[in-house]
Amino acid sequence: MSQRTIELEILRYDPEQDAAPHFQNYVVPYHEDWVVLDAINYVKDELDRTLTYRWSCHMAVCGSCGMVLNGEPALACHAFVRDFPGRIRVEPLQNFPIERDLVVVMDGFIDKLSSVKPYIVPKEEKDLDDGEYLQTPAELGRFKQFTDCINCLLCYSACPQYALDDSFVGPAALALAHRYNLDSRDIGRSARADIVASNPGVWECSFVGACSDVCPKSVDPAAAIQQAKIASTGDYFMSFLMPWKRR
Amino acid sequence: MSRRPYVRELSKTGWWLQQPRYIRYMMREISALFIGIYVLVLIVGLFQLSRGEAAYEAFLESATGPAGLAFAVIAMVFAIYHSYTWFQVTPQAMPLTFRGKRIPGAFIIAAHWLGFLLVSAALWLLVGS
Repeated sequence: MSQRTIELEILRYDPEQDAAPHFQNYVVPYHEDWVVLDAINYVKDELDRTLTYRWSCHMAVCGSCGMVLNGEPALACHAFVRDFPGRIRVEPLQNFPIERDLVVVMDGFIDKLSSVKPYIVPKEEKDLDDGEYLQTPAELGRFKQFTDCINCLLCYSACPQYALDDSFVGPAALALAHRYNLDSRDIGRSARADIVASNPGVWECSFVGACSDVCPKSVDPAAAIQQAKIASTGDYFMSFLMPWKRR
Repeated sequence: MSRRPYVRELSKTGWWLQQPRYIRYMMREISALFIGIYVLVLIVGLFQLSRGEAAYEAFLESATGPAGLAFAVIAMVFAIYHSYTWFQVTPQAMPLTFRGKRIPGAFIIAAHWLGFLLVSAALWLLVGS
């Protein structure tokens, strides 16, 4: 049996040589159980050592190999070659500047993520000797799905609102903010509201829902953002009813 | 080694044609336009009613003419699509729980359709025939 091949059409960009990115084609023999990342690794190992891309775990946990495959944001380690018809167009994530080849600049996202305080802000710091901050399964269940985010940025690549205005805090960062807001051990909600409840926060979202469609971990950031909108609207009206509670 | 990140330009007007899901999203957003125009037509009808029988009859005649009917059909298709798309996403915005368990999304969507049908039936009984 002759080995099957796939044609990879990879967007290349060398900041020291190229004025603009261009596509380069590679024909790769592949095995039935290969994912796109395997095919890209084959290119790097056997055909073209200059190809630059990010990857690490090869099992949809690290979130490093986010790319656009035939127009759809996906993890290269989470998409089987056999599911593509003969040719795969491989591009870096949309909506981020291209550093080189398939590597994008994600500094903007890192700044946004840290701006929403994606960690537990406890009511009072406990001493280690005082034990854990306890939580019931029901309390955990309120936010558990939002903890699965791996910061792969597929949602930012899919989001047309982020594409049109990159001041938008964006799906992953807002979903994580919501995750901590829902956490019974956390009191950071009002501190996060400056970012979350602002125009570049949840109100920039028009619920296209593309972020949730492409999320490889079923986090459903669109759901988090809509829930945060409802919470923010509640806060707004409560600030009129109970002005003494206003910050 | 010099850094020179390349920013790919996005078409500010044509971006939504690049993906079927963006087209579906734009259709959902545009549906509001047709519903809005339909409401304006209804308001014009009310205004004509206040001006007397002849004016109202003229309004009815133009509203039920070919152009009026064609618009009504298009507006109805968009209105149904509008309801459908928004009902589909209600479980995301309303994660309801019952006795500590998450209520399945299909149940929430079905409840919205049921409410929609009940209100429609009540309106039909009240002002229809």
